[in-house]
Amino acid sequence: MVELAVNMFDAKPLSETAPAALKAEARDLNFHYGSFHALKNISLPVFDHSITALIGPSGCGKSTFLRCFNRMHDLYPGNRYAGGIVLHPDNVNILDSHVDPIEVRMRISMVFQKPNPFPKSIFENVAYGLKVRGITRRDQLEAKVEQALRGAALWTEVKDRLHELASNLSGGQQQRLCIARALAIDPELVLFDEPTSALDPIATASIEELMLELKEQVAILIVTHNMQQAARVSDHTAFLYMGEVIEFNDTKKLFTMPDKKQTEDYITGRFG
Amino acid sequence: MTPAPTVDLRKLIARHRFREQAFTILGLLALLIGLLVLLGLFTQLAVTGAPRLTPEFFTSFPSRIAEKAGILSAWVGSLLVMLVTACTAIPLGVAAGVYLEEYAPKNWLTAIIEINVMNLAGVPSIIYGLLALGLFVYQFGFGQSILSAGLTLALLILPIVIVATREALRAVPGSIREAAYALGATRWQMVSQHIVPYSAGGIMTGVIIGLSRAIGETAPIITIGALTFIAFLPTPPVTGEFPFLSFEWLKDPFTVLPIQMFNWTSRPEEAFQLNAAAAGVVLLVMTLAMNALAIWLRYRIRRKIKW
Repeated sequence: MVELAVNMFDAKPLSETAPAALKAEARDLNFHYGSFHALKNISLPVFDHSITALIGPSGCGKSTFLRCFNRMHDLYPGNRYAGGIVLHPDNVNILDSHVDPIEVRMRISMVFQKPNPFPKSIFENVAYGLKVRGITRRDQLEAKVEQALRGAALWTEVKDRLHELASNLSGGQQQRLCIARALAIDPELVLFDEPTSALDPIATASIEELMLELKEQVAILIVTHNMQQAARVSDHTAFLYMGEVIEFNDTKKLFTMPDKKQTEDYITGRFG
Repeated sequence: MTPAPTVDLRKLIARHRFREQAFTILGLLALLIGLLVLLGLFTQLAVTGAPRLTPEFFTSFPSRIAEKAGILSAWVGSLLVMLVTACTAIPLGVAAGVYLEEYAPKNWLTAIIEINVMNLAGVPSIIYGLLALGLFVYQFGFGQSILSAGLTLALLILPIVIVATREALRAVPGSIREAAYALGATRWQMVSQHIVPYSAGGIMTGVIIGLSRAIGETAPIITIGALTFIAFLPTPPVTGEFPFLSFEWLKDPFTVLPIQMFNWTSRPEEAFQLNAAAAGVVLLVMTLAMNALAIWLRYRIRRKIKW
C-alpha cells in the first residue's frame, strides 16, 4: 500500500477536535487513457459530512479524477489506474483489481453533468438502484423512494404524479430526480460532475442549497467549472492543473489567500 | 470607392434563381414519376382483381376452375411460415445484435464479422434457398415443409434484424448506460432492463421490415420445393386431446401467397389472371399493413422516450 502523502494533509483535523473525519483519500493516484497520462500522483483527502470541490481549467483532469471514485473508467477499454483511493472506515482501496466495481458503485453514487433520468416513471427512476440491490417489497420501495425524493427537495412537487414519465419534468427537477436516485441507495459518498452546467440560475441555486443540506448526511465530491459555485458551497477545494493537484486547501483560504501563485492566477482569471 | 455593380449582380442572381427553380421542378418530376408509376400499378392490380376479392376467395382452396379458386391454403401457409420465421429470426437476430453491440470486444475480428453481416443482407435470396435445400430439407431431414421454409426465410432476414437491432441500441445515449452502471447495475441488467426496452421501437421496426420482405419472397421457397397446388390445410396446431398443442403442422407441405400468384400468372386462361391480380392485392395490402404497423409502433414507443 502506498504511504499517505503527509504534506497534503496539514489541514487534516484531528478526530477529537473536529467532527470532519476522513471519508476517502486518493493516494499517489495515477491514471492513463491509453498512452495519455491524465492524472499524476494525486493525493487528496475527502472529508465526511463536507463538500470537497475540484476546480481547474477544461482538460485538467478533474472529471477524470471524479470518475475514478466509482470506477467509471472500467467501462471503457485502454484505461489504467495506479496508486489508490482508500475508502474509510473499512480502509479498502477501491481501485484494487480484487474489489468489484459494482460493489464500489453501490457505496458511492454519482450525479452527472446533464440530467440523465431513465425514460421511465419518476418512481421507477428513484427505485432502480434499490431494485438492483434486491429490494422488491412494494412498501419498502415506496418508503425509500419518498425518503429519497424528500432528501432531494422534490417530494412536494412530484408526490401526486410519481407514475408519470420523468421526461415531463423540467431540467432542474430532472437533475433533482437524479440526485434522489443517487441518494436512494444510501451512499457513503456522492459524486457530482458539474451538476448545474446544464441548468438555469434558479435551478442552480436550488441544487446548491440542496447540496448544503445533503452534506449533513454524506460526503460530497463535486467537480465544477464555476469558481463562484465552489466558493459558495464547498468546505475544501482542490485546484487541478494538467493532471496534478496544484493546491488543496480550506475553501475560504484558497479563494482569499492561496498558497500557490498558479492558484491565484487561475482564480483571478489570469488564465484558464 | 467603386460603385456597386448592381446590374451585373442582379443578372447573376437571376441566373442563380433560375437554376434553383429548374431543380425544384426536376426534383418534383422525379418524385412524381416514381410515385405515379407505383400508384398506377397498384390501381391496375386492384381494378383487375376487384371482382374476385370476395369472402369466398379467402375461404376456398385452389381449383382447376378459376371462378371457384381461392387463396385459403396460400394465406394460411404464408401466415404459418411467417410465424416460424418470426419465432426464429427475432430471438437469434436480437441476441446477435445485442452481443455485437454491447458485449463483443471491438477488434479486427468483430470488425470483419460486422462487415459480413452487412454483406449477408445483400446476398441474393435464391442462394439462401439452395443452402436451405441442402441443409434443412436433406441434411436435417425437415423435408419440403413449413419448418424448412420458415427457417430459410429466417436466415434471409437475420442480417436485417441484426443491423436494425444494432442501430436501435446505438441510438441510446451513453449517459443512460452510465446512469445504470453508476447505480450498481451489471452489464446484463443495463442491457435487459434499460437499453433493450428503450430501443424496442427500433428493433420491432427492423423485425417487421424484415418480415414484410420475407412474406413476398418466392425464389428461395420454390427452391426448397413448396408445392404450387395445395388443396388442404396443415394439421391444426390445437387438438382435442392432451397436451392440446400439436406441432405436426411444421412438417406439412404448404404453399404461400407469392407462389400461388406465380402459379396463376403462368396459366394461359384469362380468368386465372384475375385471380393472380386479386392475390397480388392481398399480398400488397399485407405488406403495406405490416409497414404501417412498424411506423405506428416506432411512433408510439419514441413518443415516450426523450433523451
